[in-house]
Amino acid sequence: MKKFIPWILVACLAGWVVASLFQPAETGFHTREFGKLPVLMDGRFQPLDSVGRNSLLQIRTKQTVLLDNSQTMSAAEWLLEMMMKPEQSNDRKIFRIDNAEVLDLLKLPENQKFYSFSQIRPQASEIEIQADRIQQREDAKISAPADRTVFETQLMKLYEEMNLYQRLQVSLKPPATDDFAAELAAYQKSIAPGIAAVQARDAGQKFDQDAFNNLVGFMGGYQTVAQFALPAIIPPSDSNVPRDDWQNIGTNLMQTAHTGEISQPAQSYAAMVTAYRANSPADFNQAVAGYRLWLADRFTPQLNKAGQESFFNAFEPFYKALVIYVLALLLALCSWFNMSDWLRRSAFYLVGLAWVIHTFGLVFRMYLEGRPPVTNLYSSAIFIGWGAVILGMVLEKIYRDGIGCVVAAFAGFVTQIIAHNLAMSGDTMEMMRAVLDTNFWLATHVVVVTLGYASTFVAGFLAIIYILRGLFTNTLSPETAKSLARMVYGIVCFATLFSFVGTVLGGIWADQSWGRFWGWDPKENGALLIVLWNATILHARWGGLVRERGLMNLAIVGNIVTSWSWFGVNMLGIGLHSYGFTDAAFRWLMLFVASQLALIFLGLLPVKMWKSFSARA
Amino acid sequence: MLKSLFKIFSSLKLTVTCLSLGCVLVFWGTLAQVHLGLYKAQNEFFRSFLVYWPLDGSAPHIPVFPGGYLIGTVLLINLLGAHLRYYQPGKRKIGIILIHFGVVLMLVGQFLTDFLSRESALHFRIGETKNYSEADRACELAVIDTTEKDSDKVIAIPCSLLARRGAVSDSQMPFTVSAKTFYANSELMETNMPGFEQIKTTAGVGAGLWWREAPRVTAMDSVDQPSGIVEITTPQGSLGTFLVSAMLSQPQRFTFNNRSYELLLRPERFYMPFSLRLLEFHHDKYPGTDIPKNFSSRVRLQNLDNREDREVLIYMNNPLRYEGETFYQASYDPDDGGSILQVVHNPSWLTPYLSCVLVAMGLIWQFLSHLIPFLKRRAAK
Repeated sequence: MKKFIPWILVACLAGWVVASLFQPAETGFHTREFGKLPVLMDGRFQPLDSVGRNSLLQIRTKQTVLLDNSQTMSAAEWLLEMMMKPEQSNDRKIFRIDNAEVLDLLKLPENQKFYSFSQIRPQASEIEIQADRIQQREDAKISAPADRTVFETQLMKLYEEMNLYQRLQVSLKPPATDDFAAELAAYQKSIAPGIAAVQARDAGQKFDQDAFNNLVGFMGGYQTVAQFALPAIIPPSDSNVPRDDWQNIGTNLMQTAHTGEISQPAQSYAAMVTAYRANSPADFNQAVAGYRLWLADRFTPQLNKAGQESFFNAFEPFYKALVIYVLALLLALCSWFNMSDWLRRSAFYLVGLAWVIHTFGLVFRMYLEGRPPVTNLYSSAIFIGWGAVILGMVLEKIYRDGIGCVVAAFAGFVTQIIAHNLAMSGDTMEMMRAVLDTNFWLATHVVVVTLGYASTFVAGFLAIIYILRGLFTNTLSPETAKSLARMVYGIVCFATLFSFVGTVLGGIWADQSWGRFWGWDPKENGALLIVLWNATILHARWGGLVRERGLMNLAIVGNIVTSWSWFGVNMLGIGLHSYGFTDAAFRWLMLFVASQLALIFLGLLPVKMWKSFSARA
Repeated sequence: MLKSLFKIFSSLKLTVTCLSLGCVLVFWGTLAQVHLGLYKAQNEFFRSFLVYWPLDGSAPHIPVFPGGYLIGTVLLINLLGAHLRYYQPGKRKIGIILIHFGVVLMLVGQFLTDFLSRESALHFRIGETKNYSEADRACELAVIDTTEKDSDKVIAIPCSLLARRGAVSDSQMPFTVSAKTFYANSELMETNMPGFEQIKTTAGVGAGLWWREAPRVTAMDSVDQPSGIVEITTPQGSLGTFLVSAMLSQPQRFTFNNRSYELLLRPERFYMPFSLRLLEFHHDKYPGTDIPKNFSSRVRLQNLDNREDREVLIYMNNPLRYEGETFYQASYDPDDGGSILQVVHNPSWLTPYLSCVLVAMGLIWQFLSHLIPFLKRRAAK
C-alpha cells in the first residue's frame, strides 16, 4: 500500500490543478469575458483583467476584493464596477493603510485594515497638501525621495494609490454620465449642427447658441476622460494608422467631432455601460460578445494575447506550485525523523509536480512577454526558485536522503512568497528600458547570474540544515554530515562557475553598450562579491583553513552576500541597476541578515553542545 | 629569508586573505558610493593602493585599508607564486591552470584599461560634422589665433597645468600664459551674494562679476565648472589679466602684434583622423508611454586618408568600432535634435572576452572532471 501513496498524492494534486482549468460557465454579467478584452497600458497590450489585478495589488495588496458579506469580488468585477458604476465602488474597503500617523491625519479609526474611498474622501485635500509639500521639496532638490520619513513614504503611497483609483474611475465614461449609449447617440446628432455653430461663431456670424452649448457640453466631459483615463481602450479604426496606436476613449470621442462617426469600439463600450447600469446582463453580455467579434477580425493578435494572459492570471500556476511545495516540504521534513522512504518519495514526486507547474508558469510568462525568463526582480525570484528546485532535485536523486527534497521544496516555497511580495508594486510584465531591451544579453548574462544566485543560496541552505540538524537533533550521522559537506562543496563550485561566467557576461554587455567592461556599479559589485566569496570558500577549503563546520559557516555568509547583491544594492538608490524600493523590503533584508548571523553563531558553538556529535561521543 | 618570503607569497592563506579583503573592499566601496558618488568612490577604493580615512580627504588622512590596486597586485603575485610552487603536469590540472591564467589576464587587462583607456563624449546636432570628441571632466584653455580667415591656429593648455599656477610658454605663441588663480569648480554671479568675492581682472569680461570656489563635483551626472584668471605676458609687458571660465559662452578676445587671439576654457578635445556627421536621430518609445524603447543615430563616416565614406547606424547595444575608437549611443538632446555618443579608446578591450572564455573553459573542465567520476562511483555502488 505504502508503495502507492506517493502516486496517489501526486494524482490528487494534479487532479486539483487540472480541475481548476475548467471554470463553471458564468451566469449574470459575463465579467470574465469583459476581463479578457485587450487594452494598451504601460506600453503593452494586456487584458482588462490584468489592469484590475495590478491596480488592486497596488491599492489593496491582494488581487481580489473582500466584500462585507465575506464573499470575494474578482479583479475584473471590481474594475468593471469602477469604470461603469464608480459611485457604487466608492464604498468598497480597498485602501490598505497601516501607518498610524496617516490614519490620524485622515481622522480614521485604527481598528480597520482596509478603508473605502468614501471614508478617505473628506480628508483628501489634506493628503494633497502634504503630498504637494513633499513634491515641492523634492523638485527643489532640498531633499531626495530616499529622505522621506516613514509617514511621508506611506502618505505618498496613498496619494499615488488615490490617483490611480480616481483615474481608473474616469477611464471609460465621464463622471456624470448615466446612459452612455444614449448620450453617444445624442452626441453624434449634436456634432454637425454644433460644428456649424462653432464655425459661424469663429467667422463672427450669427450662430445657433443651443447647438454650440450642446456640443461644448459633451466635449467638456470627454476632455476630462481624455486627460485622466489610464488604459487606451479604443483601437485605431483607420487601417493606415499603426496597429499599436490605441487611444483612450476620451481622446477618441473628441476626435469624433472631426470624423462625425462614433467608432464601433466606443459604441460597444457605451452599450456595456448602459446595460450594466440598467442591470441588464443579457444586453451587457451581448455587447461584450459583439465587441469581441469585431476585434477578432481586426485585432487578432491583441485579442489572443489578452485572452492568454487572462487565462494565465486565472490559472495562477505559481500559487498552485507554492501550495504543493509547502506540502512537499512538510512531508520531506517528516521523512528525516521517521526515515520512512514513502514520505521521502512522496515529497520528491510532489516537488517534481510543483516544478512542472512552476516551469509551465515560467515558460508561459516568457511566451506572453516574448522575453527570456528574468526581466525584473519579480521574475528573478521566480527563476532563482526554479533553478534552486532543480539543484535540490538533483541532490535528492544522487543522495536519496530527503535533504535535497527539503532544499527544493523550501526554495520553491520561499521564492514564490518573495515573488508575490515583489508583485505589489504593479505590473510584473512591464516594458524594458532601452538599454535592457536586448533578448540576447537578458538570456545569457541575466539567466546565468541568476543561476549563480540560486546555487549560492542552495549551498547556504544546505549549511543551515547541517547546523540545525547537528545542533538540535541527533539525526546528523557522520555519513549525513559528510554527504552534506560534499553537497555544499559541489554546489559552491557550481555557484562559482555560474556567478563568474554570469558576471563576466554582464561586463561584456556593459562593454557593448557603454564601452566600459567594468564600471564598479553597485549591482556589478554585488555580483563580483558573490564570485569573490565563493572563491574564498573554495580556497579556504583547499588550503585546509576550514573543515566541515567552517565550510558550513562560510556557506551561510554566502547567503548574506547573495541577498545583499540581489536586493541590498537596489536599495542604495544609485547606479544603473537601481529600480527603486520599499522600506518593507529593507526590513526583511535586515531580518534575514540577522537570522543568518545567528545561525553562524550557532555553527560556532563548541562541538560538545551539538546533540548529534555529543550523542556519538 | 627568500624561501620563507616565497612561501608566504605562494600560500593559499594569502589567497584567502586577499579574497576576503577584496570582499570587504568591494562591499565598503559600494556603500561609500551613496555619499561619495560613483566616480570618487572608484578612485578612493578601487583605483588606489590604499584607502585613506576619513574618506572626504580631510585630516588626519591615514591609510586604513588596502585599495584595489594593492589587493589586485598581491593576488597576482600570489597566483603566479602558487602555480610555481604547486605546479604538477597532468590532465587534472588543466582546468585549474586555465582558470587562473584567465584570472591573471583579466586582472592585467583591467590594470591596462585603467591606465590606457580614455573616455570622451561626442555631441552633435543633426547635420553637424565633427572630427573630435570632448573629455567628460578634464578641461583645457584654448588660445586661438583667429587672424587668418579660413583657418584657426589653436594651442591648448591642459587645466592640470593651469592648476599649478605656473607660466606656460610655447614656440608657437608670442607670449606666455600664466594662471593667477584657478578653481577646479566654481560659481559665477552677476550680483554680490554672501560668500562671493568680486573678480579682479584688468581686461575683457569679468571685472563686473562675483565668484567663489565650489567643492569638486562627485556625482556621475554633473560636472565641474572650472574658472580662473590668467595673465598674458609679452616680451613688451603684460596685456592684462583675463577671466576664463567654463561658464562663459563667449571667448575673451585680445590683439597683439596685429594678430587677433581668443581665450576659451573648454572641455579637453581629442581629435580623430576621420569625421562623423549626424544624419538622423531616433528616439523610439513604447506605444502610449514615455518609456524609451531605443535610441539610434544614423551617422556618415568620412575618412580622407583612405577615402572611406559610408553610413553607419549606432544604437543601444550596437556600437561602432573604428580605428581604435568605439562609439556608443549614450544620450541625446531634450528636443531629440542632437545625439551624444560616448567615445571610448581602450586598446585592451579584448582581454575580458579572452579571459572569460579561458576561465569558463577551465571551470567547466574542473567541474566535469570531478562530477563524472563521482557519478560513476555513485552508480557503481
